[in-house]
Amino acid sequence: MAQPAVAAPDLTARFPDLVTPDTRKGYSGYIVKPEGLLEFARALRDEYGYDYLSSLTGVDYLPEGQMEVVYHAYKITGGPPLVFKVQVPREDPVVPSVTSIWPGANFQEREAWDLLGIRFEGHPNLKRILLWEGFWGHPLRKDWREPYYEGEHKPFKNRTAGPHFWHEDHTPFGKNVDYPPGFDPYAWDPETADEVLYQSVIQRTRKPRQEELHSEQVVVNLGPQHPSTHGVFRMIATLDGETVVALEPVMGYLHRNHEKIGERNTWIMNIPYTDRLDYITAMSNNFGYVLAVEKLMGLEPPERAQYLRVIMAELTRVMNHLWAIGFLLNDLGAFFTPALYALEERELILDVFEAASGSRMMNNYMRFGGVVRDIPEDAWDMLVKLVTDRLPRKIDELDRFLTHNELVRSRCMGVGVLTPEQAIAFSTAGPVLRASGVPYDVRRAEPYGIYDRFDFDVAVRYHGDVYDRYLIRLDEARQSLRILQQAIRDIPERGAPLLAGKPQYQVRVPAGEAYGRVEGPKGELGFYVVSTGKTNPWRYHVRAPSFINLTALEAMSIGNKVADLVIILGSIDIVLGEVDR
Amino acid sequence: MDGRGILNGLAVTIKHFIATYVDDFKRKNRYFTPEGVKYRSSPEVEGIFTIQYPEERRILHENFRYIPFLVYDEGEDGQRDIRCTACGICAKVCPAQTIWIVRAKDPETGRPLSKPAEFYIDTTLCMNCGLCAEFCPFDAIIMDHDYEIAVYSKDHMVFDLERLLKSASYYQRIRPTQYAEKAAEREAKAKAKAAKAARRGAKK
Repeated sequence: MAQPAVAAPDLTARFPDLVTPDTRKGYSGYIVKPEGLLEFARALRDEYGYDYLSSLTGVDYLPEGQMEVVYHAYKITGGPPLVFKVQVPREDPVVPSVTSIWPGANFQEREAWDLLGIRFEGHPNLKRILLWEGFWGHPLRKDWREPYYEGEHKPFKNRTAGPHFWHEDHTPFGKNVDYPPGFDPYAWDPETADEVLYQSVIQRTRKPRQEELHSEQVVVNLGPQHPSTHGVFRMIATLDGETVVALEPVMGYLHRNHEKIGERNTWIMNIPYTDRLDYITAMSNNFGYVLAVEKLMGLEPPERAQYLRVIMAELTRVMNHLWAIGFLLNDLGAFFTPALYALEERELILDVFEAASGSRMMNNYMRFGGVVRDIPEDAWDMLVKLVTDRLPRKIDELDRFLTHNELVRSRCMGVGVLTPEQAIAFSTAGPVLRASGVPYDVRRAEPYGIYDRFDFDVAVRYHGDVYDRYLIRLDEARQSLRILQQAIRDIPERGAPLLAGKPQYQVRVPAGEAYGRVEGPKGELGFYVVSTGKTNPWRYHVRAPSFINLTALEAMSIGNKVADLVIILGSIDIVLGEVDR
Repeated sequence: MDGRGILNGLAVTIKHFIATYVDDFKRKNRYFTPEGVKYRSSPEVEGIFTIQYPEERRILHENFRYIPFLVYDEGEDGQRDIRCTACGICAKVCPAQTIWIVRAKDPETGRPLSKPAEFYIDTTLCMNCGLCAEFCPFDAIIMDHDYEIAVYSKDHMVFDLERLLKSASYYQRIRPTQYAEKAAEREAKAKAKAAKAARRGAKK
């Protein structure tokens, strides 16, 4: 769908004192003075229509002594991003919070505070989100070092030559953690820390205790060890009777600082690490990352590789949606029968992945400028059978099995409603956004790869409840099959090249920044990378869809019964590997 | 909301249930045979699709990858010619930095040789990504198919050279296509080299 040609607004003319174009080599967008950020952002949203803040992250430019906050704003009607940055000195980085303009910035600003130590003035709840309060420092700062420090970037000198040693011999117990000055881990009491957390949730909705009825609001902890949370995730809900009045997600239990690891890795080493973000949809993660780096390198993959990428990404979508539906039904209490029907098809798709990439889940299949190898012939035959015959049949069967089931309908309809305005404001993406009546799909809004060649519909549903989030996954799986059928028809003959250039283990990436985004099964998956021309990225940021979709969890849950919290969370379809990174 | 949705759904469950038995009757070799396993992991499968490990095993595809091994060519009098030249590309490309190599030294001159004296892969760290095998210029490190590697102690999980070495015929057995491709590549290279040398000889 062609977007109406709208010239990029000339913002430097509009704000001559506040805005300057970013003229560094390889960079684009604008640099905004911190004092004018709010005025600028409000004008962007209200006058120019950039109502969707996709990504917000920080970069530590240590040599320049500057911290930079990078914003990527989009129009919900489609088109390229408007990138703008705020630069502040490293010693005291304070930036006004844009949560009042784009509430979706909430978690992202907290993350930037947590990992980079950038303070956002006016943020309603600025505290650590992924790390705990006993953590010393902000790990993504370039001068931060862990207690056992091996080197600024891989390959680590001490590892590649010489006999083997155990890492833990170098980090004896007690010396493997740094605490903030004045923090005594033995005096730290988790219960007091939790109490502070509960109070902050209670404070938001404090109602006077009604003496005559003996009623009071109660705080209930769901998780972190609870099967319904799909991993280690915790929701602190304040209840009035059985109704949720406030909710705060607590996460970070699976945090491993993926981004710091990524900044120490060489460019190619990151590909297998991206598999482990959202481990259900490794192919899509590969796709997003290689797309971002290819933008910097100016590489264009050959035709057959482009088709193979689309085939893999769409198979991943079908597989993920089957999984999501199956486990949503599990959350509803339909114990494992629907989930196993869905998983059976997933197994067959994984067989195709295994034949092509060598691994069922951790695919590591894409490379800069192509894919690693062709799909073998027997797997291709299997793929064709799956796409043309089996999967359409099985998706119809799942539809027959569940869609009109009265129990499913009565549990899901009207539960966890998210209005379109909220969905856009909270920067939600993917099925969550589209089930709320916003037909925004990156494959259409800003086509990447060869998606502009395929004929498919952007699935959209209008109620924004759990039931529509279930239905939209069926719709999307069907649309993916349409794309797959076209792709297997149009793909160039076997034997065509699969990689632009030679395979290289040490790629040269020109200096600059790039933001590559794909429509992953969970939503918009973006990779923001900054290169300084060295062998490893200077900055590597993941815009994780499940993490940002959780920003809307409170809005979805308020007013619902506590029993429905589990399915509301299930309908967002989070994977903690990606939420916590 | 009259319950027809539930009944229709239950019909699907019953269909699945019956299909299991029908399939069992229709197919004689459904269990504990290679054909049976193959059928149960094909897109035609109806009914039960699980594989009863360890009596039955999945048929691994050639590209399947697990902890890598080092290839040696069997010499004529039984000695093992290790293909690895200790160039260290695998150690440099390894994302988790699991490979440790100690170069062999000439016992007389003390100069480093292009052979590994020790070679370790820390399998507690290895993530089976296959980058080492992909970028090895000598086809010397290959991803294995052996996934049953449980051990009693953590120390046994650091594979040393002896544990890592496997013969070229094993390589050929698990990855016939790749083996043939790489052998053809090497042959073509050797031929080109010989032709070049011959041309040079002719010029002189």
